[in-house]
Amino acid sequence: MAQVIVVTSGKGGVGKTTTSAAFATGLAQRGKKTVVIDFDVGLRNLDLIMGVERRVVFDIVNVIQGEARLNQALIRDKRVDTLAILPASQTRDKDALTREGVSTIIEELSADFDYILCDSPAGIEKGALLALYFADQAIVVTNPEVSSVRDSDRILGVLQSKSKRAEEKKDKVKEHLLVTRYDPNRVERGEMLKLEDVREILAIPLLGVVPENESVLKASNTGTPVIMDTESVAGQAYKDAVGRFLGEDLPHRFLEPDKKPGLFRRLFGGRAA
Amino acid sequence: MSWLDYFRAARKEEAPPSASAAKERLQIVLAHERIGRTREDFLPRLQQELVAVVARYVAIDPGKVKLDLDRGGDMSTLAIEIELPAPSPGRQAAAS
Repeated sequence: MAQVIVVTSGKGGVGKTTTSAAFATGLAQRGKKTVVIDFDVGLRNLDLIMGVERRVVFDIVNVIQGEARLNQALIRDKRVDTLAILPASQTRDKDALTREGVSTIIEELSADFDYILCDSPAGIEKGALLALYFADQAIVVTNPEVSSVRDSDRILGVLQSKSKRAEEKKDKVKEHLLVTRYDPNRVERGEMLKLEDVREILAIPLLGVVPENESVLKASNTGTPVIMDTESVAGQAYKDAVGRFLGEDLPHRFLEPDKKPGLFRRLFGGRAA
Repeated sequence: MSWLDYFRAARKEEAPPSASAAKERLQIVLAHERIGRTREDFLPRLQQELVAVVARYVAIDPGKVKLDLDRGGDMSTLAIEIELPAPSPGRQAAAS
């Protein structure tokens, strides 16, 4: 039986799709059979971030409406063979997604995969509610910024009241906090919420911290999940987060500001070295 | 302007660490929103009902009711300022 994981945040633009792509790839690289589903009908982007946009033939709506079989719509990743992508529809409207349709798809995928990642759209409307409805676990992506933290808190409330697990009074959805776009230099200057503050306010277990990093834009430019950029700090931070998700005990990295140059270096610059 | 002002101005620019304001504001707003999740926020209704009670006794101009709600961390304040119309001249004469 597959584990269903929703990647959610409430607020848009905080890194849900980047995280979905990185996390799905990371799980697949660890040998887990993983499928990642784009729930953002009308505004699909996971295909671009995953670099498979030219291979999309059918999408989730085609499957729900019986116009294509699930296997025809699934795109198998060419880099990691245990990874598959189910794209969202770009032309239909959100009402094309139904709970019964999604339920059937997840049930069918459960037989073949270990993990089903659901990349949620922003907001708390139908698409977002459907993305989280079947979740066993939730990765709540949060920026250290007031509106993002508030929306994350709201989405945690929704998970606790409107998910299938909540409705059926089962064990609650397992929540993970993933702080992204973290800038230790700005935190040190008192311009950005500290990690401890975000943790204290949201009070859910911390899965990882991804620093603000140029590599994320570079990865999206080329359609390569950032976790494949093993040199980059963001890639390494995602790799650690995947490790923790699978039960490894890894210290959090990249939380310290850049070292201030000493007086000697400041006076003589790089030439001294 | 003293030459010392130069240093004061320079220091002031570094002064406000806005992150602590962010934390404080978040803690307060979330405390209220979390309550709203489990039960209805009664303050808006309380406002309406209080004004309705006053309106039963005095003919008040709805345009002259000022409501001020400040949701705080430990305490919230609800200030209702209702302008009562001047007593009619006839009754004033009888009273004196």
